[in-house]
Amino acid sequence: MPEAYKIIDHTYDTVVVGAGGSGLRATMGSAEAGLKTACITKVFPTRSHTVAAQGGIAASLGNNSPDHWTWHMYDTVKGSDWLGDQDAIEYMVREAPAAVYELEHAGVPFSRNLDGSIYQRPFGGHMQNMGAGPPVQRTCAAADRTGHAMLHALYQQSLKYDADFYIEYFAIDLIMENGPSGPECRGVIAICMADGSIHRFRSHAVVLATGGYGRAYFSATSAHTCTGDGGGMVLRAGLPLQDLEFVQFHPTGIYGAGVLITEGARGEGGYLTNSEGERFMERYAPSAKDLASRDVVSRSMAMEMREGRGVGPNKDHIFLHLDHIDPKVLHERLPGITESGKIFAGVDLTRQPLPVTPTVHYNMGGIPCNYHGQVVTKVGDDPEVVVPGLFAVGEAACVSVHGANRLGSNSLIDLVVFGRATGLYLKDNLKPHGAHRPLPQDSADLALSRLDHYRNAKGGSPTAKIRLEMQHTMQRHAAVFRDSELLAEGVVKMGEVNKRLQDVGIEDRTLIWNTDLIETLELDNLMSQAVSTMTCAENRKESRGAHAHEDYPNRDDENWMKHSINWFEGWGGNGGAVKIDYRPVHQFTLTEEVEYIKPKARVY
Amino acid sequence: MAEFQLPANSRITGKGKAFPAPSGARRVKTFSIYRWSPDDGQNPRYDSYDIDLDDCGPMVLDALIKIKSELDPTLTFRRSCREGICGSCAMNIDGSNTLACTLAIDDVKGDVRITPLPHMHVVKDLVPDMTHFYAQYASIKPWLQTVTPEPALKERKQSPEDRSKLDGLYECILCACCSTSCPSYWWNSDRFLGPAILLQAYRWLADSRDEMTGERLDQLEDPFRLYRCHTIMNCANVCPKGLNPAKAIAEIKKMMVTRAV
Ligand SMILES: Cc1cc2nc3c(=O)[nH]c(=O)nc-3n(C[C@H](O)[C@H](O)[C@H](O)COP(=O)(O)OP(=O)(O)OC[C@H]3O[C@@H](n4cnc5c(N)ncnc54)[C@H](O)[C@@H]3O)c2cc1C
Ligand code: SF4
Ligand code: SF4
Ligand code: FES
Repeated sequence: MPEAYKIIDHTYDTVVVGAGGSGLRATMGSAEAGLKTACITKVFPTRSHTVAAQGGIAASLGNNSPDHWTWHMYDTVKGSDWLGDQDAIEYMVREAPAAVYELEHAGVPFSRNLDGSIYQRPFGGHMQNMGAGPPVQRTCAAADRTGHAMLHALYQQSLKYDADFYIEYFAIDLIMENGPSGPECRGVIAICMADGSIHRFRSHAVVLATGGYGRAYFSATSAHTCTGDGGGMVLRAGLPLQDLEFVQFHPTGIYGAGVLITEGARGEGGYLTNSEGERFMERYAPSAKDLASRDVVSRSMAMEMREGRGVGPNKDHIFLHLDHIDPKVLHERLPGITESGKIFAGVDLTRQPLPVTPTVHYNMGGIPCNYHGQVVTKVGDDPEVVVPGLFAVGEAACVSVHGANRLGSNSLIDLVVFGRATGLYLKDNLKPHGAHRPLPQDSADLALSRLDHYRNAKGGSPTAKIRLEMQHTMQRHAAVFRDSELLAEGVVKMGEVNKRLQDVGIEDRTLIWNTDLIETLELDNLMSQAVSTMTCAENRKESRGAHAHEDYPNRDDENWMKHSINWFEGWGGNGGAVKIDYRPVHQFTLTEEVEYIKPKARVY
Repeated sequence: MAEFQLPANSRITGKGKAFPAPSGARRVKTFSIYRWSPDDGQNPRYDSYDIDLDDCGPMVLDALIKIKSELDPTLTFRRSCREGICGSCAMNIDGSNTLACTLAIDDVKGDVRITPLPHMHVVKDLVPDMTHFYAQYASIKPWLQTVTPEPALKERKQSPEDRSKLDGLYECILCACCSTSCPSYWWNSDRFLGPAILLQAYRWLADSRDEMTGERLDQLEDPFRLYRCHTIMNCANVCPKGLNPAKAIAEIKKMMVTRAV
């Protein structure tokens, strides 16, 4: 080590990295099982990105319209364009109602119906009668601040149970070891931002709940902190990520600011128009119209703009209308977006349409795992090899319940269902205060060499400059419209942008709250996933869900109904090679109470 | 008279650096920003950065990010959501506490002066230490407390009217803009809970599902925790989410009176 960093050691049964919805739910499960539990988070828990979720959380409670978990399952499978694993999807939709009641019991201030039950609204892609329609009201809402209500309630619960929170600690790298059956995770290394001290966490289980990597793109609804740190750590640990080419563009990001307007706005009656004032969704999705699945709506909008029917001087956005809705309803059900419209677009939603454009919103791909949260990899021909000690939940994970396209309000439910499932697995499989083997000698080497490398980086390219190049390249080459040429160019360009990291330079050399350094570590994490996303997108020669390929416009189940997994070599701009392989989609359900849903053409 | 001393790192004596605007910039605005780093043993200073508004996003946070990205990567501040919902970017801008991400630069006349939230320990630059604030939040047991067992596999019922009593309360993002603008909190923050935490205390008192009203009021019945509020109203004036902690405090005081008779 070039400079001696003082290391503070900790030992836990479980260490959760991340305090968003999924991380807090997993922490709660582990702590309540009597396991010695720590939760590490780079932001104070209620500042996690989950706080920004607006529209709601899906569960077949049937409060506002008839519903059944099999209908929710059908919609999720269809939404995923048959890339979702049906065993995991069955698990999620069956556990969903209990998970929502649990949140309500924890104090979440859900909106209410006259009879006092939880209010549920319509959301894109959610239907009654196994997809046949009409739309179902399945999305449980706390006005348009559901994520805020939920995250604060989960944080409030955390004050009750016994877990140690390490707040404003940044996890740098996993501690890995080669076990008898392959790689194992033994813990994680983090830096305390307040004083720059290094902390080594040894644990039986590490749960990655670090969220998505939306900031790999220029225009995203995601927070600045959505930098995919868990995915970056996993790639550096020599493990693959899955389905990264599937990036969801939300139809209604505010033009310019990128701030999200929930689909709940269309659920409450909002609609889109082009420059001719036409409600064009009626042409693309005759039955679901403005409430078709997100990939379908985003693509339709992109099509309108490409054909010259976008609004504004550059014809590069679309109008969202809410001005026909009773202002009282707007005030009661969509107060947050009414405020956002005013602040970020200067628009009074009760009287004017809002300029919107498809904006990067969600990563369907992530760390491959099963429905217990266990991280899996492929070794030889076995695609289901569990990595002992390593778990993933939330947007960072790829279970995969969202497949090629996530339905709105299915992420929040994913967070709590699989956060809980992981807690249950740990409860059944770990002994509280179980004995630990000593850590390998080199346990801190990777983390500390990267930390030291970047802290002393004196190259000519500031972090922000490289980040911007990456974001523009991703936005230009791997957005809603993809074709062979754009993608092939994108792969070359991202290779070059990645190399630029070798020349990164930072100015802040201190150890206390060095955000110049933290942003550089985050960039390193974003970069490996950006390169992987581009490469996997170029590789997939079909159109499925969010991956719409001009030169291969159809879904090709025979050749491509499979998960991409990819490894990434190196860090800091060195290496950069991507290796791609595949895992089969689980074409089976969890129980015999529901039949496997066979692939069909996806029409809304 | 009460004696007090400003924390050592709040005396501005250091000489600041100036970063001029690029030549050709036409709409230039000066951002004068409080700087202090614990590592270099120097006094705090104001650095000034001239920004071309034609090449910058509309919000104060956009300018801060532009400064950090293009002029001075050492500038340190918290931010995450950039849409006014996470509460990270609370700071004092142009003399009042607010969120940098929802304040338009054009709404500030003249130079934009930015300091950390007042009367908090500064960790570095615009980053205050929020530990005590969070501990006070935990002290009011901010979670649903009941004695009646919860219904199995059903929600607790709540009428829309009862639910609407939580509006204006549950939306708080714990940014601390209000508490750090309250004079009573400045001088008594060790014992006075301050507007943000009292608003949260009332959020649970107002929740028809909660069954610990008596215990919660007992907790607050203290010359300091609640009664240091003198209705100065700074809190309600600054809250970036448009909430009114002063009113919530008045409601708690009313509940105290009602239960006394
Ligand atoms: C604007 C917006 C609105 C949305 N609305 C909805 C909706 O209505 N319904 C729905 O279902 N979904 C919605 N989503 C999606 C959903 O909100 C997210 O997918 C989900 O909140 C992600 O939660 P998470 O627990 O996986 O991670 P996050 O909430 O992103 O939390 C990540 C956590 O990891 C921590 N962390 C990350 N890296 C590190 C590190 N290196 N070291 C330490 N800690 C780290 C962070 O501090 C944070 O605590 C929305 C998304 C956006 C962008
Ligand atoms: S009204 Fe009370 S709490 Fe609000 S600023 Fe004044 S003294 Fe502080
Ligand atoms: S009441 Fe308003 S100002 Fe005070 S902490 Fe909450 S959101 Fe911030
Ligand atoms: S960045 Fe989240 S409130 Fe300003």
